[in-house]
Amino acid sequence: MNKLNFLSPDKNNLYAYLYSGISLLSLSILIVFLNSFFSLDLTNFLPGTISYFLPLIIGFIGLHLIRIEYSGIKFLDIINKNINTNNFNALLSLLIIFAVIKSLPPLLSWFIIDANFAGDSKDACSGSGACWAYIKTWFNRFMYGMYPNAEQWRINLSFIALAFLGGVGFFATEKFKKYLTLYYVVVYPVIAFLFIFFFISGGPIFFDFSYGIIAAVISIVIGFFIPSKFKMYYFLIIPITIYILLKYVFFYEELIELGKIQAFEWVETGAWGGLSLTFIVSFFCLIFCFPVGLFLSLGRRSDLPIIKYISIGFIEFWRGVPLITVLFMSSVMFPMFLPEDMFIDKLVRVIIAISLFEAAYVAEVIRGGLQALPRGQYDAAKSLGMGYWKMHIFVILPQALKLVIPGIANTFLALVKDTPLIFVVGLLEIVGMLNLAKTNPEWLGFAMEGYVFASIVFFIICYAMSKYSYNLEQKYKTER
Amino acid sequence: MENRGITFGYGFLSQESSFDVQFSLIEYDGSHSYFRAYLVGLLNTILVSVIGIIFATIIGVVVGIARLSSNYLIERTAAIYVEFFRNIPLLLQIFFWYFAALRALPLPEKAEPMFGVFFLTIKGFFIPAFIWNNLDIFIYSVIAAIIAIFFVRAYAKKKQENQGTQTPVLLISIGLLIILPLLSFLLGGVDASIEIPVIEQLSKTSFTFKGGLKLPPELISLALALSLYTATFIAECVRAGVQGVSKGQKEAAASIGLTPNQVLKLVVMPQALRIIIPPTTNQYLNLTKNSSLAAAIAYPDLVLVFAGTALMQTGRAIEIVSITMLTYLTLSITISIFMNWYNKKIAIKEK
Repeated sequence: MNKLNFLSPDKNNLYAYLYSGISLLSLSILIVFLNSFFSLDLTNFLPGTISYFLPLIIGFIGLHLIRIEYSGIKFLDIINKNINTNNFNALLSLLIIFAVIKSLPPLLSWFIIDANFAGDSKDACSGSGACWAYIKTWFNRFMYGMYPNAEQWRINLSFIALAFLGGVGFFATEKFKKYLTLYYVVVYPVIAFLFIFFFISGGPIFFDFSYGIIAAVISIVIGFFIPSKFKMYYFLIIPITIYILLKYVFFYEELIELGKIQAFEWVETGAWGGLSLTFIVSFFCLIFCFPVGLFLSLGRRSDLPIIKYISIGFIEFWRGVPLITVLFMSSVMFPMFLPEDMFIDKLVRVIIAISLFEAAYVAEVIRGGLQALPRGQYDAAKSLGMGYWKMHIFVILPQALKLVIPGIANTFLALVKDTPLIFVVGLLEIVGMLNLAKTNPEWLGFAMEGYVFASIVFFIICYAMSKYSYNLEQKYKTER
Repeated sequence: MENRGITFGYGFLSQESSFDVQFSLIEYDGSHSYFRAYLVGLLNTILVSVIGIIFATIIGVVVGIARLSSNYLIERTAAIYVEFFRNIPLLLQIFFWYFAALRALPLPEKAEPMFGVFFLTIKGFFIPAFIWNNLDIFIYSVIAAIIAIFFVRAYAKKKQENQGTQTPVLLISIGLLIILPLLSFLLGGVDASIEIPVIEQLSKTSFTFKGGLKLPPELISLALALSLYTATFIAECVRAGVQGVSKGQKEAAASIGLTPNQVLKLVVMPQALRIIIPPTTNQYLNLTKNSSLAAAIAYPDLVLVFAGTALMQTGRAIEIVSITMLTYLTLSITISIFMNWYNKKIAIKEK
C-alpha cells in the first residue's frame, strides 16, 4: 500500500482520499445547513471566530482532498473541472454554496412561509413576511391606474385583440408573407391607434382622421386591381383625392352628426395608468422611433451637407441630454410655443418626446450596421442601375438591419425601462402607482412588497424581450 | 410667447434665491443667488456621477471577469446578477433602495457602530471626518507626487526602448505617493485629526449624530442603484472585450516566453481595452445622464434644484430648461472628448 500524502492527493489510494474528502465536505455543508434552517449551532463549543470559519476550513480541506485529476469517476471529474480547479476556485465555490444555503431560509420565509396571502386590509398582514394581500387589493390599480373599474374590460379587450392581430404574422401562409412588412409597418399601427382611441379612450366614432382612414382603406382595396406598373403613381394620387372628396364634396350633415356620437364613456388620459399605460407608451414609442431613427441614420450618411449636419446635430443633441429633462421640456417649455387655443394631450407629448429621444439612439445603432457593410454591396447595387432608394430598400437595409438586431433590441429594452420616467409629467404607470399606493394611510409600510412585485413584472417583460431578440438574431443569422 | 406675458432674459440668475438645499458641497443658503444654487446642483450631480462611475467600474470589471471564469458557480452567479439588475428599470431600483431597503435601517439611537466609528442609520451614513491644518500643502504634495510618477514612467519607457532593461515603475510610484505626502506631514506643518461622529439628543425622541461626515440616504441609494445598474452593462463590455482577443494571441505570447502575468499585461489587456473602452464610455455617459433621476427621490441634483425648485419660483421655463440641457450636453461632450482622446491614444497605430 502506498503512503498517504494529504498535501498532494493522487490516483493511488483514490478511495481513501475520496471518502475522507467527501465526508469533510458534507460535514461542512451539514453544519451550515443546520445552522441556517434549524438555528442549530454544532460548533458552539469552540471559540467564536474559529466556530465561524470552521465550515469553510473543513470544506476547503475536503475539496482539496478530492481534487484528483483523471480519477476515472465521471461525477468526480465533472465536479473537479467545474468548481474545483484550484484552491482559489474551491474557496469561492464554497463561499457561494454557503451564501445560498444561508440566504434561502430568510428569503423563503419572507416570500412564502410567513407571508400573508388572504385578507383585504392591513390588519390581515400580521406575520413577519411579505404582505401579498396588499398586492392583491391594489392589483387593479397597478394594472389599470385610475381607470374606472367598470370600464376596464375595454383595456383588456383592446390588448387581447391587438395581441391577436399582432400574432397574425405567425400564421400567415406563403402567399401573404410578402405583405407582412406592409401590415406591421402601416396597417397594424393604425389599427392599434383606432383601438386605443375608440376603446381605451372612448373617443367619438367619427373623428377628423376618419376621412383619411376611409380614403386609405378604399384606395388599398382598389389598389389590388391596379397593374403594378402604375401602382406607385396610383398610391401617390388617389388617397389624397379621395380624402379631399370625402371631406369637402360629400359633406353630409349625417356624417357630421355621426361624428359626435360617443359609444363609450370618455376616459381622459390623466386617468390611464398602471401596467397598461406602460404598454401603451412603449408600444407607440417603439413604432414611431424606428422609422425616425432609420431616416436619421440615412441622413447622417447622406452626401448632402445640409441634411448630414442637421441629422448629426439632432442625434447628438438628443443623445447628450437626459430623458428627464426632455420630459420637463415637453411639459413646461413646449406648450409656450403653441398658439393660444391649441392644446396637445399630455400623453401625446410624452410619446413624441420619448420617440424622438430613442430615435437618436436607434439611428446610431443602425448607422453601425450601415458602416459594417462592405463597400462592394453599394457598388454592386449601383452597377445594377439602382437609385438611392431602391438600393437602400432592397440591398443595403435588409443586410444592415439584420446585423443590428441585438443593438435595436437593446434600445427597445432601454425604452421600456425608461417608461416609468413619465411620472415627471404626472402620468402614473406601474411604478408611479406603487408610489401612490405606498402613501395611502391605510396601507403604510408595504413599499418592499410593491417594489418586489414591480421588479418581477419588469424582469419578466424585459427578459422575454431579450430572449426573443436573441432568437430573432439566430434566425436571421447568415454566414458572411 | 409675447401674448402670454412671458419675458426672456438671464438676469434672474443674480437674484436672491431664498430657498434652502438639504445637501451641498459648497456654502449655500437662501441669501445666495440662483447662480449659486445652480452650482450647488451641478456639483451634487458631478459628485454622484463620479462615485457611481468609480463603483460601477470596479463591480463591472470584477463581474465581467467572473463571467469568464471556468468555475461554473461563479459564472452562473455573475450571469444571474447581470440578467437580474439589467432587466429592472433604474428608477424602480432607486425607489427600492431609498423607500424599501434603506428605510429598514435602525434609528440613530439604536444604530450599532461598525468598527466603532461608522454609523449606518435611517438618517444617513455617518463616517469620521478629517480636520486638516494646511490642507493646501498636502494637496500640493500629492499633485507633485503624481507629476513625478509621470516623469518616472516616461523615463522608464525610454530606458526600456534604448537599453531593454525594465524599471520597477509600480514600486517607485507607490513609494512616491507615500513618501511625498508623509514629508508634508513632517516638514510642511500639515496636521490632520479625526473627528468621530457622536450621538446627540435634539429633543426627547429625536437623535442625530454630531461631527464627522454625513452621507444622506438619498446619495447612498442613488449611488448604489446607479453603480449596480451600470455595472451590469460594463460587465458585458468587459466580457466581450476579453473574449474578443483571439486565442492565438495568448498562445503566441506564451510561445515567445512571456510569463502569464506579462501575457495579460502586455498582450491581452492592451487589445481587450481597445474593444472595451468605446462602449464603456457610453455607459459612463449614460450613468451621468441617469443621475438626473435623483429628482425622483429628492437628492438635490441639477434637475431638482435648478429645473425643479428654481423653475417653480421664477417661472422662467425656457431659460432654465435650456441651461439645464446645455449643462448636460457639456458634461456629455467633455466625457466623450476625454474618452475619445484616451481611445485614440491606445488605438492600433496603423502604418
